[in-house]
Amino acid sequence: MSLNIALPKGRLLSDTAALLESTGWGVDGYNEKLRYYRLKSSKFPDVNIKVLQEKDIPIQVAIGNYDLGICGLDWTEELLVKYSSSTAVKIADLGYGEGALYAAALPGELSNLEKLTKRKSNTRIAGEYPNLAEALAEKLRLKHFSIFPLWGGAEAYPPEDAEIVLLPRKSEKEILDVGLVPVCKVVDFRAYLIANSNSLKSKDMADILSSLTCNINSVREFPKSFSIIKTMEKPEKKSYTKISDDVVRLALPDGHQQSHVCRIFDKVGIKVDDYPSQTENRRPTSNMEGYFIKVIRPQDMPLQIANGNFDLAITGRDWLIDHKYQFPNSPIEEVLDLKYGWVKIVAVIDQNLPIENISEWWQYCSRNQITCRVATEYTNIADRYVRDNRIDRYRIIPTWGATEGFLPEDADLLIENTETGGTIARHNLRIIDKLFESTACLIGSTRKINNPVKIKRMEDLVKALKNAMEAT
Amino acid sequence: MKAERCKGFSDLSPGEMRAFRLVEDVFRDCCQGWGYDEIRTPTLEYLYLFTSIGTLTPNMLGRVYSFLDWDGWSGERVVLKPDGTIPAARYYIDNKKKGLSRLFYVTNVFMFEETGKKSRERWQCGAELIGVNSAIADVELVSLSLDVLRQLGLSDIKIKISHAGLIKALLDSLELSPEEKTGIFLRILEGDIEALDKIKAEKPDTAEAITLLLRLKGKSSGFLKNIKALTSRNMEKLSVYLDNFISVLEKLEKLEVDYRIDLASGKGFEYYTGLIFHLSIGQTVIGGGGRYDALIPQMGGKAIPAAGFALYMDQLMKLIDSEAMAEFETNRITVKIQPDALNTGFSIAEILRDFGFAIELALDEEQVSEYGWLLEIQGCNPVFSLTDKSSGQKSVTDNAEDILRVLGCAEDVA
Repeated sequence: MSLNIALPKGRLLSDTAALLESTGWGVDGYNEKLRYYRLKSSKFPDVNIKVLQEKDIPIQVAIGNYDLGICGLDWTEELLVKYSSSTAVKIADLGYGEGALYAAALPGELSNLEKLTKRKSNTRIAGEYPNLAEALAEKLRLKHFSIFPLWGGAEAYPPEDAEIVLLPRKSEKEILDVGLVPVCKVVDFRAYLIANSNSLKSKDMADILSSLTCNINSVREFPKSFSIIKTMEKPEKKSYTKISDDVVRLALPDGHQQSHVCRIFDKVGIKVDDYPSQTENRRPTSNMEGYFIKVIRPQDMPLQIANGNFDLAITGRDWLIDHKYQFPNSPIEEVLDLKYGWVKIVAVIDQNLPIENISEWWQYCSRNQITCRVATEYTNIADRYVRDNRIDRYRIIPTWGATEGFLPEDADLLIENTETGGTIARHNLRIIDKLFESTACLIGSTRKINNPVKIKRMEDLVKALKNAMEAT
Repeated sequence: MKAERCKGFSDLSPGEMRAFRLVEDVFRDCCQGWGYDEIRTPTLEYLYLFTSIGTLTPNMLGRVYSFLDWDGWSGERVVLKPDGTIPAARYYIDNKKKGLSRLFYVTNVFMFEETGKKSRERWQCGAELIGVNSAIADVELVSLSLDVLRQLGLSDIKIKISHAGLIKALLDSLELSPEEKTGIFLRILEGDIEALDKIKAEKPDTAEAITLLLRLKGKSSGFLKNIKALTSRNMEKLSVYLDNFISVLEKLEKLEVDYRIDLASGKGFEYYTGLIFHLSIGQTVIGGGGRYDALIPQMGGKAIPAAGFALYMDQLMKLIDSEAMAEFETNRITVKIQPDALNTGFSIAEILRDFGFAIELALDEEQVSEYGWLLEIQGCNPVFSLTDKSSGQKSVTDNAEDILRVLGCAEDVA
């Protein structure tokens, strides 16, 4: 009987590799230089090992694609706090990867729980854990709150764009190091072995479970949730000046888009200091007068523009469309096509299937009564696409990167972006439909701006960028 | 494709819908008779209405259906209404109501239940009396709820009465954090007196007095007067709540309402501040209510007191008299019209509908119902044949008026 186990990429990889090594699993290739998603164990040859983003693992175990998984308790709790009847169950604390998910705020009123609870104005909570953020708001009995799910960079949000952020860190000191104070621990976490409850009931996994848990210290303290922190330490004071009404708030992307942005800015004489930053500085300065710049994830920009936290942002049209599909009334629009970062958004299936186009695919699903599992980072685009194709029954499986590794075992269809199609072909996959093309673009709010100085500053930037685009 | 119903949700069959409408109609008639006005609040409300202290308990909040709707770009979460009272209070504030307002509603409420075996969507009839805090207002609500149940033909109704203000005042005499106080309050309301065990060790005298009060069960206001005499020495703050409680009970006694005092009686909402009552028949809890004077100010409204109750329709539908339902079946006539009697057939069907019968045209040979009547009409000069389906007795005539007489409409025909 074959078993499927999901192992984590990222922060838990080296410790998990050490655990497998110490228990003689003999897994070649599971190291920091990871090249393949699918691995094998010499000790357990019937076990199919797949390496996934940690955040994807609880979802994949819950939907039954994997019998077992190893990931941080924070991501398991993020699933279970909202879906308590899910089939993902916690099996064992593996004892490494220790840390906590902290709710953090600037020192002062917001870090005082009593004052926070009595606060009448809206409390914005941002982070990569929207379900735990909602549970926190309910636990704190906040009178009025909004939750902003993020793809990353949460520490950059306070105080202008969020009152509370959720940050996974190894210690309270790491929260103080980013100029914030921990208000409470949302959950203590370590690496956990999790299982699909149906697999536990029906499959003999005793040897594997024993092997993974044989070194566990049984007297370990159980992790706590929602515990209040009474820290006396204060962070190094950072100065936050109030942004005046005539200042333009501009969001620039982190990651691989940075070099493209720098190239365009060079053409129009804009110099942004410390961007890209070696020290993860998310508040670079520039030679543009009257501009306040923050560096955030491009995926998060539409929501931030919609909420008035920024006036302009540089992101991909794919993320703008994904946002508008979820929230058609959102007050944002594309201001200018920046014509770089061209990708096409495509529907992808397993190369081995005898199917050439999307209509054949839907016929194939219907004929074989397949509940089509659609894995994607673009959950709203994928949802709209499948709905528009009038498919009987489907499931959208959110992923956080490396989606091409999901076919064919963990999904039936991908909605993915590709530049050349090379990665897709290398993974033995086939493109069967093109949804649309996307490039980077400048986005802004549709709300009326009343400050003439600010309007002029925004117009100047748009005009300069437009001229640069036309010149190329 | 398999056509499946969502887990944890139920269909209501035609039979269940008849019971549903019967409960709803009786409730509506009674409420209108007591001067209440009907409202309907939306299925979606903002989540924050239910999260602050004094609204829903954390346990309930952990089971609401919350999500981002199409306008969710603001980060504002919405919820499928988990409770009827908070939306009614929101309606009162939102519509700038002033002073006394008597409102009632029939609504579904949504609460997640893990196994999916119990329904995650429940129906309730609720009434809210907003703008007054008096014993007679509490008595009005208890009496109205009993009126509805009696009109539905239900008997052996048991009323358990408690007082949230009294329990909270008891807990105030202990040095507890707000979280501890709320936790113990809710456990006590659920009948868990052991919740006080921790305090017993720290403040044995006070905890003993409280346990005594919670464990005692009585059937008269005199019982409460005795308790007042025993406890007022130590806990003066209790007397205002005891006086209010006694006042309500004395009025119920005058109205010969049979009740039982049980402070730790059944589940309650965190927003209750005064009298709480629970209605049951046998082991089935069929409704409950209470006073919630702090809710409207808590939600941003003025300092307006209020109280209300809800009856659980899913339970009531199972309890109401089957004879009332059978009456509906006997008023049903299946009309079989031959092609040569089409005009006459449709005309007489219309007349019978006017007399209050449910007329079902026979579209094929299949018998639709085993109750009621079968009327067959044939011929250009029509011949009517009427059969009582339960007895098999048959009348044949060429005079339509004879049919009406057999059906008991003779006086009307005359």
